[in-house]
Amino acid sequence: MLVDSPPEQRAETAPAPPSRKAVRALGLLLSVAVLVLVALASIAIGAKALSPDQVWHGLFHDTGSYGDVVVDERVSRTVLGLLAGAALGLSGAVLQALTRNPLADPGLLGINAGASAAVVTAITYLGVTSLTGYVWFAFLGAAAVGALVWFLGGSRGATPVRLALAGTAISAALYGYLQAVMITDGAALGRMRFWTVGSLASATNSTILQVLPFLAAGTLLALGLARPLNAVAMGDDTARALGAHLGRTRGLAMLAATVLCGAATAACGPIVFVGLMVPHVVRSFTGPDLRWILPYATVLSPVLLLGADVIGRVVARPSELQVGIVTALIGGPVFIFLVRRRRTAQL
Amino acid sequence: MKTPTVNRAADMNRTVRANRALRTPGGLSLRLDPRAVLVVVLLLVAAGAAGVLLIGTGDAKIPAADVLRTLAGNGTAYQDFIVNELRLPRVLVGLLVGASLGLGGALFQSVSRNPLGSPDVLGLSQGSTAGALIVIVLMSGTAAQVTLGALIGGLATGCAIHLLAWKQGVHGYRLVLVGIGISAIATAVNGYLLTKADMVDAARAIVWMTGSLNGRDWDQVWPLLALCAVLVPVVLVGARGLRMMEMGDDVANALGVRVQRVRLVLMVSSVLLTAAATAAAGPVAFVALTAPQLARRLTRSPGPNLVPSLCMGAALLVAADWASQRAFGADQLPVGVVTGVLGGGYLLWLLVTERRAGRI
Amino acid sequence: MSAIHTNTPRSTVNRLSAEKVTLAYEQRVIAEQLSVEIPDNSFTVIVGPNACGKSTLLRALSRMLKPSAGRVLLDGQVIQSMPAKKVARTLGLLPQSSIAPDGITVADLVGRGRYPHQGLLRQWSTQDERVVQESMRQTGVAELADRYVDELSGGQRQRVWIAMALAQQTPLLLLDEPTTYLDIQHQIDVLDLCAELHESQGRTLVAVLHDLNHAARYATHLIALRGGTVVAEGAPNDIVTAELVEEVFGLRCQIIDDPETGTPLVVPAARKVRAAAVS
Repeated sequence: MLVDSPPEQRAETAPAPPSRKAVRALGLLLSVAVLVLVALASIAIGAKALSPDQVWHGLFHDTGSYGDVVVDERVSRTVLGLLAGAALGLSGAVLQALTRNPLADPGLLGINAGASAAVVTAITYLGVTSLTGYVWFAFLGAAAVGALVWFLGGSRGATPVRLALAGTAISAALYGYLQAVMITDGAALGRMRFWTVGSLASATNSTILQVLPFLAAGTLLALGLARPLNAVAMGDDTARALGAHLGRTRGLAMLAATVLCGAATAACGPIVFVGLMVPHVVRSFTGPDLRWILPYATVLSPVLLLGADVIGRVVARPSELQVGIVTALIGGPVFIFLVRRRRTAQL
Repeated sequence: MKTPTVNRAADMNRTVRANRALRTPGGLSLRLDPRAVLVVVLLLVAAGAAGVLLIGTGDAKIPAADVLRTLAGNGTAYQDFIVNELRLPRVLVGLLVGASLGLGGALFQSVSRNPLGSPDVLGLSQGSTAGALIVIVLMSGTAAQVTLGALIGGLATGCAIHLLAWKQGVHGYRLVLVGIGISAIATAVNGYLLTKADMVDAARAIVWMTGSLNGRDWDQVWPLLALCAVLVPVVLVGARGLRMMEMGDDVANALGVRVQRVRLVLMVSSVLLTAAATAAAGPVAFVALTAPQLARRLTRSPGPNLVPSLCMGAALLVAADWASQRAFGADQLPVGVVTGVLGGGYLLWLLVTERRAGRI
Repeated sequence: MSAIHTNTPRSTVNRLSAEKVTLAYEQRVIAEQLSVEIPDNSFTVIVGPNACGKSTLLRALSRMLKPSAGRVLLDGQVIQSMPAKKVARTLGLLPQSSIAPDGITVADLVGRGRYPHQGLLRQWSTQDERVVQESMRQTGVAELADRYVDELSGGQRQRVWIAMALAQQTPLLLLDEPTTYLDIQHQIDVLDLCAELHESQGRTLVAVLHDLNHAARYATHLIALRGGTVVAEGAPNDIVTAELVEEVFGLRCQIIDDPETGTPLVVPAARKVRAAAVS
């Protein structure tokens, strides 16, 4: 690229006029409604076709019939999708604000891959078997790559393109490591090849309960950081001049992004592009104010993830297309579209 | 200057290294950087030496002297079979694949103006892998069909990247980002194909995905050699324009370089080289990324350093294969694991130094 | 230099001209039906407010931008239809955005300006060597020959880039805002160098400049653009008037004689005067 200019992200300091505020609040309500619809669809639609009666029966009069078991499974899956989707979208939005990089995404920056590599190491070499055990390794891996990205992002020459490229290279290296593990260990290959594509299919109530505390804490932390992150988005010097605590905000934001992304990856495997696409779509109608972006991303990201999961269940009947594959197949073209639309100076 | 001379000594403080040249009475002149020439010679020697050692390594060990004698045609029948039929083609494939990847990587990095802009990061390897996996998983094809599938996959990916990055010409940054997008899509497709495979196919696929020189024979050598024979001269002619393009498209245009045309020719060559190399040996990790960087550090010269990168790639791959055979036993660990580990470490170091230099 | 040059008459035999060109980036049209003549042996300066199309015009003249209608003529030929290297031996450009490759030395960079004179088997002749030395001497960077470009100051670096363009040995040289990002001393330095190249070697120079006073002082021929059309052109002494400045830049001012050179000097009107004029 020829021109190194900071991304055009100006936070709105003046409060939006009430009418606009009302519109945004209404939009948020609407988004919640859409989310409920998608969640219902996720319970009703699947590789096995169920009638609305059966679904109703499974939800409210659980008797353990085959249909009820299917519905139970789908409910767990939907809940995990809701949680993981929100986590990925939030961590993407936080990372984009933190690195002032419109292309930041936990998948693209290699943070997912870091979590995956750590989990695979834990399972294969350290004999860790429970999710509660390896969620900590996922955090460790995510944090290590997150720290590296942050270190690189703090460089004076850090442009979105260069950072995205560095993240992709890190991912490539870590996936290479995963392959090496799978080559040397046949049993690992058997398990890992399903986990590394990113899927909600293995969701159980215990999975959800194990990651829930982390996801809840991360979400609250991220939502609480909206205001200080608005200041950080305007550049270090301006943020300091506005009286923001740069170091503290950054550290907490990185912590939130790492916890969210690590827990989501531990539960469903690496899923890319959710954290990139949703904040972009959201920004196009909320503007650059994180106080709106973050709640919107929390609500709309699960819409994308669950929607992708439903599509994956339908298109490849009788088997399924894992959700990580569907999001990559949707997200890749969207990403390329975003790249083509932007002008040099904006990247 | 009427006689062929190399400007040196007296001119030393007036002539910068990069502007030294070999001149003949007819008015012909060739730019020659002594340090780069030395680096190329040393790398060729290193590649040759690693090749000889690699031929000698395996279940039947053969001393280097015997290998050389056999290569010259004076070995015993047994040695002749082992050396010329079994191991020489493998080494030649290694040299050619390494050279192609080194050259392809140097071109990509120069065009994308980024030390990380190599084909294995920008989706070409992943595209080749998708082609190969389709053949392995969905068609249970033969080795030759896998090679063909990988070639088609790589070329298709190269075309897709170029077309999608095209918008009144191709620019480095857009190439990088489109490549990243394509790479993510192809990675997902590959993951899906792996989940569809049965265990046997999955194991075969994962070995292919790592990149290996095991069992390569003369059938792989000839097409690669022919391709290199055609493309390397094409690339070296285009390299003069590429040197100018490093100063920005406007400067290169002003100097009379047809920027878009040169870029197209070089990108096509680079895609062909990388796709062919990947088809022959699988996506051997990080050779394309590291070879140009290492070569550049040795020559200490700006510019694409194409010939040193080519030699470095060849030396690197064969030396890595030899190291893998020595350390883990014959055919135990594919060469891609070794280059992956070395390359990953190097990547980390590169990220840190590039950050310090303010280029990331 | 004193800029009291004879006003070069408009002639149809000038080497470089644009005929009714329409200039656009993608859908955004910058100028339509724009015609400009660059008088031979002049130091032409293009001035105008931001976004008036002055850099775009320069890009079209140097064939960096293909006009969507009309044509740019160099020596009577449509510039796009000429062999790229032939153009590069006639017309040089110093663009705004140029990148010094990592670890490149001054002499190496200047040497790259010889590209249009070289071939596959004539990669570095003694002639190339001589021209590079000469270009570095003219721009005063000869003693920096072995230094790395990244180590130089902004002013030195700009001189090195000019040396590279000089090494191209073109009778026409186009410069896109050559003084941007330089402090005042280095701005004058670079402009003096341009004037010197124009006077002593008879090269035709075309520059885009931001500073109207610099333009008036150094130019022999001034082209004032606004909104993609030529508002006025001619010798600075003939065309720079308070009315013109107001028309082009929307600024009330007085024009006085430059005490050093006698060229027009623009003095913006005081704030209160301008405020009074508005109300």
